[in-house]
Amino acid sequence: MTVSATPTPKTKFSDLTRMPDARGHFGPYGGRFVSETLSFALEELEKTYLSLRDDPDFQAEFDYDLAHYVGRPSPLYHAKRWSASLGGAQIWLKREDLNHTGAHKVNNTIGQALLAKKTGKPRIIAETGAGQHGVASATVAARLGLECDVYMGAEDVQRQKLNVYRMRLLGARVIPVESGTRTLKDAMNEALRDWVTNVDNTFYIIGTVAGPHPYPLLVRDFNAVVGREARRQSLEQIGRLPDALIACVGGGSNALGLFYPFVEDDDVAMYGVEAGGDGVETGRHAAPLASNAPRGVLHGNRTYLMSDEAGQVSDTHSISAGLDYPGVGPEHALWKDVGRVSYVAANDKEVLEAFRELTHMEGIMPALESAHALAHAKVLAPTMRPDQHIVVNLSGRGDKDIMTVAKIDGIEF
Amino acid sequence: MNRIDQRFSELKQQGRKALIPYITAGDPAPQYTVGFMHALVEAGADVIELGVPFSDPMADGPVIQKACERALKQGTRLVDLMQMVKEFRQTDTTTPVVLMGYLNPIERIGYENFADQAASVGVDGVLIVDMPPEEAEEIGPLLKSRDLAAIFLVAPTTSNQRAATICAHGEGYLYYVSLKGVTGAATLNADDVAEHLAPLRGMTDLPLCVGFGIRDGVTAAEVAKVADGVIVGSALVNRIAESVDAPETIAGQLKSVLAEMRTAMDA
Repeated sequence: MTVSATPTPKTKFSDLTRMPDARGHFGPYGGRFVSETLSFALEELEKTYLSLRDDPDFQAEFDYDLAHYVGRPSPLYHAKRWSASLGGAQIWLKREDLNHTGAHKVNNTIGQALLAKKTGKPRIIAETGAGQHGVASATVAARLGLECDVYMGAEDVQRQKLNVYRMRLLGARVIPVESGTRTLKDAMNEALRDWVTNVDNTFYIIGTVAGPHPYPLLVRDFNAVVGREARRQSLEQIGRLPDALIACVGGGSNALGLFYPFVEDDDVAMYGVEAGGDGVETGRHAAPLASNAPRGVLHGNRTYLMSDEAGQVSDTHSISAGLDYPGVGPEHALWKDVGRVSYVAANDKEVLEAFRELTHMEGIMPALESAHALAHAKVLAPTMRPDQHIVVNLSGRGDKDIMTVAKIDGIEF
Repeated sequence: MNRIDQRFSELKQQGRKALIPYITAGDPAPQYTVGFMHALVEAGADVIELGVPFSDPMADGPVIQKACERALKQGTRLVDLMQMVKEFRQTDTTTPVVLMGYLNPIERIGYENFADQAASVGVDGVLIVDMPPEEAEEIGPLLKSRDLAAIFLVAPTTSNQRAATICAHGEGYLYYVSLKGVTGAATLNADDVAEHLAPLRGMTDLPLCVGFGIRDGVTAAEVAKVADGVIVGSALVNRIAESVDAPETIAGQLKSVLAEMRTAMDA
């Protein structure tokens, strides 16, 4: 390993809230690794965002949209029956699935759409995996009357047909990406190629806490509303902070959104659950942190990145299109190194079990992405006492995955 | 003196402009690359940019994306490129060779290891598309101490302030990206290019070379009037793509494409 190979053992948890540095670095991770044509647009975005970040008017506009358009705050729901059946800690679900458009993704797209409006660009583009970020982007574009093109891997277009049609109904153009592995990473390559060509009139809404600076920073900030609410709701409903937080991690935006406001609460354990695919031991997965992938640079940032010995990015495998990504947000990479968050993986089989269990026992159908977090709750809860509490980010709803699950059950519509 | 500096100083004395072809190493298969390099020199190449294939070439259009896919399918790795340059140097000790690609393959083998290998086989410059000078603090000194030129891009969107930073860090030549877009996208406008090059002249003595959108002798000659060098990639790689089934014909085709440009530029 070459690049600033020493982790950052001296980083205190309280220092984590002050990341990134002025150039977008989270310790050795993050940064702005882009071709020169995009540097100007990123500098401009950074300037715009930093000037608005603490602006009360901007914040008020954001909060208003979250309340009246998204429907926040989302509930913190005590899954009593499921908790009792697991026979351990009490499980609380942060119901991001109840947001408008059905996932946490909209928190970020609302924020970035406000930025797009400030910059006066008439067109937005987005990449999407499961389609949730694409739907959220198409939604805000419809609302603001902006042109919207969404890049989606051709394989994901196949497995997420419902979301593709939703985006089209909303007036967006969905562009299937046939290059590479035809999944999320290729969609992001293609979106970057579009942006470099149309940078003058186009705002790129990145859907996760990865990409070049300032995206990891601003996507985290816009999603941190999840953790701020969950923290307040825990104090109100549990009477104290939870003992553990669990969230799934692809790029990692819902996890950072939940974790970030708790980062200085040393007694709150945190678990990020990556996509184990066929099992981390098989090599067919999408778990760069849990599998200890080497460091690398992709899509503008340095992070843990699944790649072969020659530095070519590896194919990933997961039942969930939204987690099917070889890298991970740079802030997660740092949090792994300093030991603030434990990163684990749940494999496809465990995820499906959790999906079915929550649906049967609580009448809540989770997105397959979110079911990764639930799968780890199934492992963790029984090791804890009934007077202990876990908050799980139920980051999205499962309607979009019905076809995938039906296919596994051998049902054709 | 680095071969790149040597070459540009010779060209200046002769009042000629540099012709810089790009090919992706290992396309359509590794055994052809060194032969292509020699063919390009015979047709009038002054510097060769040798592309390091990458799985996710974000700044490249479909032509070079597919070239990367073909090269990777044949298992071409960065260490194989080093061998190609070594072999090329057995008979050509004067033509500068620049490795061009993305950062991840270099990160994976390690910056110091990369710099050592590149210097020992006779590489002269390195252009990493997704590494602006701000992110080059660590690799920069490793390249410099081995007399490897760190070549950077300047784009139409680059502010004067950024351009000054890039000029201060750049070595070998400046690669001016003629248009907003990916490689192989559109045809450039020579007047626009001239307008953007003018302020750069005031900032640096580095040769200004222009790439993206140069398709034929006509565009090459137009650009040569305002720049110190002309970089051509997709127009060559296209020929490789069209003849993957008859690879023995490719060297001849590359020569004819490049020779046409050379003639037009020197006229």
